[in-house]
Order: sequence, then structure tokens, then C-alpha cells
Amino acid sequence: MDFFFEVLIGGLLAGVMYALVAIGFVLIYKASGVFNFAQGAMVLFSALTFVSLLERGLPFWLAFVLTLAAMVLLALAVERVVLRPLVNRSPITLFMATLGLSYMIEGFAQALWGAQVHGLELGISDEPLAVGGMLLSSFDLFAAATAALLVLVLSLLFSKTRIGLSLRAVADDPVAALAVGIRLQRIWAVVWAVAGFVGLVAGLLWGARLGVQFSLSLIVLKALPVLIIGGFTSISGAIVGGLIIGASEKLAEVYLGPFVGGGIENWFPYVLALLFLLVRPAGLFGERAIERV
Amino acid sequence: MLYNEAGQFSTRYAQDRRVFRLRQDRHALLALLLFAFVAVPYLGNDYWFSAILIPFLVLSLAGLGLNLLTGYAGQLSLGSAAFMAVGAFATYNFELRVPGLPLLLSLALGGVCAALTALLFGLPSLRIKGFYLLVSTLAAQFFVQWALTKFSWFSNDSASGVISAPPLQLMGVDFSSPAGRYLFTLGVVVVLFWLGKNLVRSELGRNWMAVRDMDTAAAVIGIPLLKTKLLAFAISGFFLGIAGALWAFTYLGTVEPHGFDLNRSFQVLFIIIIGGLGSLLGNFLGAAFIVLFPILLSNLAGLLPAGLIDAGQVENLQKMVFGALIILFLIKEPEGLARLWQRFRERARRWPLRY
Amino acid sequence: MFKRSLLSSLALAVSLSATAFIAKADGEQYFPLQSYRVGPYAAGGTGFFGGFIDYLKYVNANGGVNGVKLTWSECETEYVVEKGVECYERLKNGLNGAPAAATNPLSVGIAYATLDRSTADKLPLITINHGRTDSTDGSVFPYAFPLQLNPYSEVSAIINYIGQQSGGLDKLSGKKIVTLYHGSPYGKETNEVLQALADKYGFSLTLLEVPHPGNEQQSQWLNIRRAKPDWVILRGWGVMNPVALKSAQKVGFPADRIIGNIWSNSEEDAAPAGAAAKGFISITTHPSGTTFPVTQGIKKDVIDAGHGDLADPKRFGTVYYNLGVVNGILNVEAVRLAQEKYGHKPLTGEQVRWGFEHLKLDDARLKELGALGLVQPLQLSCSDHEGGGAVRFQQWDGEKWNLISDWVQADRALLRPIIEASAQKYAKEKGITPRDCSQAS
Repeated sequence: MDFFFEVLIGGLLAGVMYALVAIGFVLIYKASGVFNFAQGAMVLFSALTFVSLLERGLPFWLAFVLTLAAMVLLALAVERVVLRPLVNRSPITLFMATLGLSYMIEGFAQALWGAQVHGLELGISDEPLAVGGMLLSSFDLFAAATAALLVLVLSLLFSKTRIGLSLRAVADDPVAALAVGIRLQRIWAVVWAVAGFVGLVAGLLWGARLGVQFSLSLIVLKALPVLIIGGFTSISGAIVGGLIIGASEKLAEVYLGPFVGGGIENWFPYVLALLFLLVRPAGLFGERAIERV
Repeated sequence: MLYNEAGQFSTRYAQDRRVFRLRQDRHALLALLLFAFVAVPYLGNDYWFSAILIPFLVLSLAGLGLNLLTGYAGQLSLGSAAFMAVGAFATYNFELRVPGLPLLLSLALGGVCAALTALLFGLPSLRIKGFYLLVSTLAAQFFVQWALTKFSWFSNDSASGVISAPPLQLMGVDFSSPAGRYLFTLGVVVVLFWLGKNLVRSELGRNWMAVRDMDTAAAVIGIPLLKTKLLAFAISGFFLGIAGALWAFTYLGTVEPHGFDLNRSFQVLFIIIIGGLGSLLGNFLGAAFIVLFPILLSNLAGLLPAGLIDAGQVENLQKMVFGALIILFLIKEPEGLARLWQRFRERARRWPLRY
Repeated sequence: MFKRSLLSSLALAVSLSATAFIAKADGEQYFPLQSYRVGPYAAGGTGFFGGFIDYLKYVNANGGVNGVKLTWSECETEYVVEKGVECYERLKNGLNGAPAAATNPLSVGIAYATLDRSTADKLPLITINHGRTDSTDGSVFPYAFPLQLNPYSEVSAIINYIGQQSGGLDKLSGKKIVTLYHGSPYGKETNEVLQALADKYGFSLTLLEVPHPGNEQQSQWLNIRRAKPDWVILRGWGVMNPVALKSAQKVGFPADRIIGNIWSNSEEDAAPAGAAAKGFISITTHPSGTTFPVTQGIKKDVIDAGHGDLADPKRFGTVYYNLGVVNGILNVEAVRLAQEKYGHKPLTGEQVRWGFEHLKLDDARLKELGALGLVQPLQLSCSDHEGGGAVRFQQWDGEKWNLISDWVQADRALLRPIIEASAQKYAKEKGITPRDCSQAS
């Protein structure tokens, strides 16, 4: 039974890592209706920038600030070059534009910083922690704490600041928000910058785990089923979805895997998400769309 | 005034409904086919056949497969590569396990297997749509790849899971030379495009477009959503499956499941975005672009003095240009290269006189 | 529709033929390089091709091969099969009149896709340390050369090493070994041989698959912790390796009980795992380091002269780089040997193939080359296209690899029948009549 709980807790903590990436999606989808496939590329770009600056001898905080600045610049550029000309296009078009965007960012990041693999140490040792006979990863606990802090900061931002209020207004009804004088373009830039920040945090944690390299951009694929289960528009949904996916995929791999030969982690979350969808077509926390002819 | 369309009157309904109503179009098509079937095999060399023309044709076909689903029926899919893989492996197994089966028949059967797979993963499309549907097709993508790697039966228990193509023989004629493989591919592609053209002009094709434009409205006017959507998945799967089999047999001569990964799905999607959603010609244009553009760029880089740009940077540059072009197309010409070509034609028929 | 593409292709053809007149390179020997410097596997590609190119430059700086200068050009494959095929077709005919000697794709997928083409075009296909295992049988695969080490030899050598560590192969009985493999054809290739070895020596074997790309391995390592094996064999690729080491640390499995295979043995595999990698053991066909006379020569003649190929000079002497150097040595030696037979001039692929097949590097020759200890003694023949089959073991100390064993030989006599059976099956499927190796000259 200990083993079961170990797998379960390990899975839940891994789920938090997925949720971190998923939050970036949710932010952008909520505010601009864009399903941003480039989130993974943004994670890669931020982590690569950060680690390259660090390797050039900059102190941690300066590298962090500079990377953040780069992410903000990226957000401004995206708003200007991609979002503004594509306003009022269908969501599918916007999605495909972000595919192009992710190619651009990946190419740019590698052209700028090279394609080597970098190690990234955040100064948290990953010695296993024995709690009640179970081994827990201290790094994962740290990641979970970071995620919790991030969600707290985001919810404060949304509920307490003026920008946050306008964000919520835009998410609720863009046209009405425009009518009361909220500048849509600025909100978009802000929300992409915030997503960039989330991407940076995710990039650091994932980078410390995997090493900073190209495959960081593939973690998008882990975040997709999370989004499906949690719904595209809810941050708490992303967290819950992450936990569900993380726990179930680990349990499936350990207990179901041996019967079919293992290695099922790649598709299991998707099949799970699919089953969820058949019951709840808009995810757990998603808003049900009303269609009129 | 390059050519004159005036004076071509339809005297019967059948004439009015033909695929190419204009005489010029028919002649151009005939000339093009003659050129492709007769002149190209004499003019081309091995490099052109094996490295450019064959992948171009196969990718055009794959583009057609996805275009039927996404461009005509409006169902977004990122599982194209999975259906291609099913087609490739199924064809291989039919060839291997049923001795004496004609190649074309096993190709068709491979397509049918891919169609069935697509049907299965298309089932959720009845209940979910848009991005949520992407997940279903992604599930297909990962599941198929896993299954093909996992169960070595599919690759005839070859230790490395890589299949190698059987000799290409059709009615006793050997098609193994580069020119032969090109002709074989061209033949299959032309037939399937003819089929595709007729499909989208049929009632089914019109139903697809109605569903694409608004499926609730389509249901209201009495189009059976279930049948229409599932047929779109199945037929798209059929085309993709055959494309996959051709990719494995006439192009690479070998294939491993990894060759049909998510990147291939993206590639096919890019073909139809750049070429033009909902256009048959667009598949050719998009595929030509996808195949030729990287080669052109790396050749251009080869012209530069050595050491100025290293090979890696060219590739990064190519990636960036590619991404930028996709965004540019979506902004400036959402209907892709096919629309550009159409506009060029509009101009050409008036040239040099304008009104 | 066609016309447009043909028009643009025409333009391309013109630009292509224009390049042909820029420089005449008669009298040179050409190496087509299907390199990969971007994408997920760029770390391996830049190191390997950096070392290869630097060695070719080094040879040129010292007068070429019997006066024949070497030339090369690169074509980026991104490790993608069809790009590799396109590159192969583009480069196979040589460069400006210089004939191609051999192709070195360093990619299993590309090697498979160009196998038939290589045979048809009579151009040797060199797959150093990887490739199709059964292409070791040169009677069926005349143009494929899995030099030094094929995948079967690799696992056999690892098991032999584990046996050594346990005090003899007979002590293996009752041991528990887990193999953690990448969920791809490459990863699965050796499973059957491992099972055969397990049956022979009586150790228990557990095979665990990690799905591609391998950035999540928690459940696998929890399984390992539950199984409490004596050794874990890591058959990884790319990001899977550092993640494996980190996850091992997470579940408290000691790194010095993990043995990495040939694609888990570079600095890029261990370093990103940081402290977790300390003690990690892996096999290698060649030590890393810069102290060999040949690498010193490269440093003096190429790198210090400012012509080095590496973007990051710190990677000089790393595992991938040295593999490139080793590969360069083997290629150039084959050309040199073939020149003894066919004359001191640029040779065709068919002639170079003869050189590869008669390649013989003993300690004396390696010493002349300044590569004693870097390259293992090697002898190829018509029936044996692998030649070596020995590995050394190295351990990561947190900064660099240190050798911890002498050459450990694979049990090649045991593997040979399996390889031959597989090659025969392939020959039958493809309708190939194997050469008679007793007749081959």
C-alpha cells in the first residue's frame, strides 16, 4: 500500500508540473481566445535565455530580470505582429498562427543561443525525503510550492489590481469591455507577458529537471490533456486537471502498463481526456458553449 | 488576352457540369499529364525523382487527405501521420502475409485499414468539436505510434521494428528504378486526385462544406451529421493511408514508426494552410513549397562562401522563415497559394486589356 | 499545377548547375556529410561532425592522403529521415568532380533508408557504433559497415562487465538486472539478445520501456525501486538520459549501479543531471580526453590555427567529438588502404569499400597514427564488417569521464549465429544472393 501512495503522490506532484505549463495556455485563451501552441516554445526560449545569461556570469536575479524583459518584449512583438492583424479571425486560424509562431521562436532561440544541452541548478538538492516510510522528492515539493505561490500571485493580480479587473472584463465579454474603454491591445500584450512569466517559471523548473534543451518545447504535449480535462478557461481547472492526469498516468503505467507491455504514458492521458470529453464536452470547469443558428 | 473563353456554350446539362468546362483547361490538363507521364521520365534524373518529385507527389496526396477533412469538412486533425503509418504498415503486412496479392490491391486494403482507424478516432467528433477534437486526433497519433512500436508483429518481428519495402512489381513490370517509382506514384496520385475532385463535387462534398461552415445549421436543414462527419474521417483516412504506403514503399523504401511522428502531421497541416484550405490545386502548391523551399534555401546557402553561415544556422533561419511565412499567409492570404494562382489567372485572362 | 512546380524546379536546377562551375575539385577525395546541427539531437551532431571535419582538416594540413586532398560538404538533416535521403541523393555523386568515398549519417533511421540506395550506388555506408546489427554480415550487406560495435556486441559486453564485477560470469546467476530502454526501434533492438543472455547465464531480466522522448520516468523508477535490481542498464537517447539519472536519485537508486549504453555515454548525457550523475557508469568505444598525439595534432594544426569546427571550443575532446575523430581515422585509413591497391588518386566508393573491408588496425599502426588507446584494434573482413566489438567502461565524476576498465570484449562467437540468421532472413526477403566470402579478394 505504501507503494501505491508513493506512486500516487509522485504522480500528483508531476501533475503540478504539467499544470504549470497549462496555466500559461489558460491565461492566453481566456483573454484573447487564442489557443497558444507556442507556449512550449516560449518555455524553451525563456529557459534557454536564462541559462545562457547565467553561463555568461550574470547573477541569478539579473538573469531572471533580463529574461523577463525579453519575454515582455516577445509579448509586445507577438501582439503587434501576429494578434493585431489577425483580429476577428476564426480560432482555428489563430491556432495555426501560433504554430507558425512556435516555429519562429524555436528557430530564433536556437539561432541565438545554440543547440547545446545545458544543465541548470536551482540550488535545490533532489535527495529523496523519507516521510512515513515513503520517499518523496524534495524538488517536486519545491515545485509544488512554487506553483501554489504562482497561482496565489495570479489570483491576486486578477482580483486586486486594475489590470486584472480589465483582464477579467475582456475575458467575460470583449465587445462590452471595448465599449467601456478598455484597450484590448494593451490587455493582450499584458496577458502574453504574464504568460511569458509563467513560461519562465515553468521553464526554470522543467529545465532543472530535464536539462535545458530542445525537448523542453515538447512539454506542450503533456499540457494538452490537462487543459482538456480542466477546461480551457479556468486556472483552478488547470491545476485539478494536472493532478488528475499526473496521478492517473503514473498509476496506469505502474499497474496497467505490465499487462500491455509498458510505455503507455504518452497516449494514456489523451485517451483519458477523451473519455472525459465524452461525458463533459467542455471539460470539468469549462464554460458550456451555447450555439445559435 | 492570352486566351479567349468566349463562345464556349453548354448545350447540354452534362456539358455544364463537367469538371473542366473550358476547352483551354482541358487541353492544359491533358498537356500537363502528357508532360508528367511522358516527358518527365526522360528529362529527370535520379536526384529529381528520388529526392524531389516522389516526396512532392506523396505529400500532395497526404495534403489532399487532410484537406478533405479539414478544408472541406472543417474537422481539425493532428493525426494525419498516424493514419499514414497505419496505411504503410497495413500495406506491408498484406504484401507479406497474403502471397500473390497484387500490389495495388494491398495498397487499397492498406488505405481501408487506415480509413477504419480514422473512423474509430473520428467517433468523438460527434460530440466534441474544435480544439477538443484535436485531442482525439492526437490520441490517435500517440496511440498508433505506440502500438506499431510495441507489437513487433506489425513489423514482422524485425528486431529493430523497421520494415523494408517489398520489390515494386505490378503485373510483372518492375517499378524499382527511380523513374519507375516516380511513374507508379504519379499514376496512383492522379487516380486519387480524380476521385477526390469528384468527391468534393458530389452531394457528400457539398454536405461537408455545409458542416464546415456551420454544423448546427447543417443539421437543421437535414444533413445527417453523423454520417457526414464519419465519412469525412474515413475517406480522409483512406487517402492518408495510401499516401503513407507510398511514402514507405516508393519514396523511402523503408519505414519505422518514428518516421510518422507528430512532426509529419504538422507538415501535412502546413501543406494545406500554405496551399489553401478547401482547394485541390492547393495541395500540389503547398507540397511543392514544403519540399522545395528547404532544398532551395540550403542550396542557396551552399552558394555562399564556406564558413560565412554554418549549416545549423541555415536550418534555424529556415525554421524562422517558415514560421513567418505561415503567419504571413494567414494574415495576407488565408486561402493560400491556390488563391494567388486564381488571382493570377484572373489577371492573365484580361491581360493586356483591363476594364 | 505541375507546371509551376516544374518551373521553380527548373530555376533550382539552374542554380544547382551554377554551383558546379564555381570550383573544380579534381584530384580530391570527397566526403558527403549528412550532418545535423539543429533540432533535438543537435548535441550529438555538432560534436561528431565537428570531430570528423577537424580530423579531415588535420589530414589536409599534413599533406592529405598520399597527396590526395580531402574535401567535404555538409547537408543538414536535422536527424529527419527524408531530409537525410534528400541529402544523400544530392551529395552522392561527389562534389565538383571529386568522387564520394563513403556516407556517415550517424542516424539509424537515415542509415536504414539509404541502405538499399548505398548498395545500388556502390557507396559504403558507415554506421559507426550503431546501425543494423545484421549488416555485420558482409556477405549479405557488402556496402554497410557497423564499425567497431554493433548493438548486440554492446549488450554482450555490458553483461560481460557485470560478470567481471560480480567475480565471474557464473556468478551472474540469480542477479537481477533491469534494462530501461527508449521506446523506439533503437531501444528495443537488443531486448531479444538480452533475454537470450539472461537465459544462458541465469540472471533475471526486467525490461522497462520509457516512452519517447523520455522526459517523464517516475513510474519506471518507482518500479525499479520496488524490484531492487543489482544493476540497471540504461539504453537511452537524448533527454532520456539526464532524466533517468535525476529520477534515479529521486528514488534513491545509486548512480554507480547504472550502466549507460553507447548513446548514453556523452558529456551531454551526464552533465545536465548535475550532481545526480556522479558515479554513473557507461560504456565507450573510445575514451574522451585531449592527450592523444592525434588530438594534440588537431589542436596544433587545426584549432590553434583558427580553423576548428566547434562553435564551443570547450567541447574539444568530448565523447562525441572524439567519436568523430575516430570515425575520421577509420574513413581515412580505409581510403589510404584502398589507395595502395588502386593507386594514389581519388577513388570511387566501390574502391573505398575494398579498403574498409580490408581495414586492419593493430597497435603498431595505431601508434603511428597517434591514436593508440583512442581507437580499439580492429580487423575487418568480407564476412565481418564490425571488426572490433570491445568497449571500455568509464565513470562520471561530476566533471568528466574517467576510464575504469580495460577493453572488455563482447562474446562475438555467441552472437554470430543470431546475426547470420537475421542476415539470411533479410537476404531471402530481398532476394539477395549472399557473396561467397571464401572467394572474395
